Amino acid sequence: MAVLVLAEHDGKTVRKATLNTVAAAQKIGGEIHVLVAGHDCAEAAKAAAAIAGVAKVLHADAAPLAEELAENVASLIVSMAKNYSHILAPATSTGKNILPRAAALLDCQQISEIIAVDSPDTFVRPIYAGNALATVKSADPIKVITVRTTAFDAVAAGGGAAAVESVAAPADSGLSSFVGREVAKSERPELTSARAVVSGGRGMGSGDNFKILEPLADRLKAAMGASRAAVDAGFVPNDWQVGQTGKIVAPELYVAVGISGAIQHLAGMKDSRVIVAINKDEEAPIFQVADYGIVGDLFQVVPMLVEELKK
Amino acid sequence: MKVLVAVKRVVDFNVKVRVKADGSGVETANVKMSMNPFDEIALEEAVRLKEAGVATEILAVSCGAAACQETLRTALAIGADRAILVQTDTELQPLAVAKLLKAIVSKEQPRLVIMGKQAIDDDSNQTGQMLAALLGWSQATFASKLKVSNENAEVTREVDGGLETLAIRLPAVVTTDLRLNEPRYVTLPNIMKAKKKPLEMLTPDALGVDVKPRLATLKVVEPPKRKAGVKVADAKALVDKLRNEAKVI
Repeated sequence: MAVLVLAEHDGKTVRKATLNTVAAAQKIGGEIHVLVAGHDCAEAAKAAAAIAGVAKVLHADAAPLAEELAENVASLIVSMAKNYSHILAPATSTGKNILPRAAALLDCQQISEIIAVDSPDTFVRPIYAGNALATVKSADPIKVITVRTTAFDAVAAGGGAAAVESVAAPADSGLSSFVGREVAKSERPELTSARAVVSGGRGMGSGDNFKILEPLADRLKAAMGASRAAVDAGFVPNDWQVGQTGKIVAPELYVAVGISGAIQHLAGMKDSRVIVAINKDEEAPIFQVADYGIVGDLFQVVPMLVEELKK
Repeated sequence: MKVLVAVKRVVDFNVKVRVKADGSGVETANVKMSMNPFDEIALEEAVRLKEAGVATEILAVSCGAAACQETLRTALAIGADRAILVQTDTELQPLAVAKLLKAIVSKEQPRLVIMGKQAIDDDSNQTGQMLAALLGWSQATFASKLKVSNENAEVTREVDGGLETLAIRLPAVVTTDLRLNEPRYVTLPNIMKAKKKPLEMLTPDALGVDVKPRLATLKVVEPPKRKAGVKVADAKALVDKLRNEAKVI
């Protein structure tokens, strides 16, 4: 039995989501191989070889794999699948895009966003935005799985010395091509891997008002997020969205400002270690999950909080 | 161009779901059901394509129990021209739905399939990608912008850390993200008109598709509850708690 993990990488380094996914693979058991697929990604393959607990790195490097188009990467995974009992990818936008395509080609029913491994064929996954947890058992010969990264503690990025083996890349499907990317420029840490997150909700009132959260985020070295209500209202871009339909985060510290705490938002942040809520409505559901709450006007409380943090 | 939109009937997003006492699933009896919100966005996009003269016909398809006819009537009221229900009481998992949709696509030959990126009940986020795989079509998931021309489409996708734009060859499967559009409200005259639009009933057997579930649900439980904490008076007290009690800063 061997487990294949699809690495999340940027060509030079492997992202932390890969380390969480390797941790999930360790819970399943068996030899762990990591697939680094891309173009000019030899450095990322080298980084993957250093991950603790990895037995082998498979390095597929070719132009059709650049930008990790789903059609090409899925067919690469399918070409390697027969050697594996399990194929895992982090439940990032890349993993969620590629893996179901591979699963269907293998005639396997994917198991999405697992949060625990009960046994090699039985897994726990959240449904209904995390309002229920289902334990499911797969009858498929290959278990194809995406992993909710916040549910597994990352393995060490160093200490391993796996062999790197080149694998042949498939021909370009010709079905799709990459046009461009708009990367949200930010000095802040990435939302899903940040140690602290400061999020604003509809109570912020406008996109401009999010500026008052910036000094707070600076002080806490936090990423900035938002509730779906704030995104729907057009205050901030969708990639800030924390919740069932956005990003799932579990930082050490989560500060919810002007967020009422809709079920859909709680689903995205309730596994944070410490939750702070600032809201003028004392009855807001966010206070039912917050460790510390302040009832008050956020436009007064947030600047005061920044002052206190400076002391 | 014919556009197929897949829609799913789910527990309404405003309902607080309850886990059944016997751990077999989530209570769905006597609960308000609605069209999956992401599928509503998919349908809206199809209607806009028709209004722009790109789409010529919109076919709405749902798979599931007889009650899904209600969801399809809503789809017809929003602007679909006709509807198909693949009726079964078997629990349908994403791979089975993708196979059913593939069978319909083979019959109907749409050039574009649009559906939600995920259903808000099982949160799988698989069906669109799987359908594209089974058809050998291109895919563009999590779309926030869609431009369709004759043989191609340009799709802007919501990805971690920003946006990505792909050019895809048609036929294709596109799955929708939140910001693609804001669905219109259904008007009463359109609800009346929808009653007269054709709704065809099929079965998995008639389509020759095996829909047997591959995943057995062993149990469903409530997640561990988080305890409500304390309210503190002001920012000073909060910083003190965070420093000295939670030790998080």
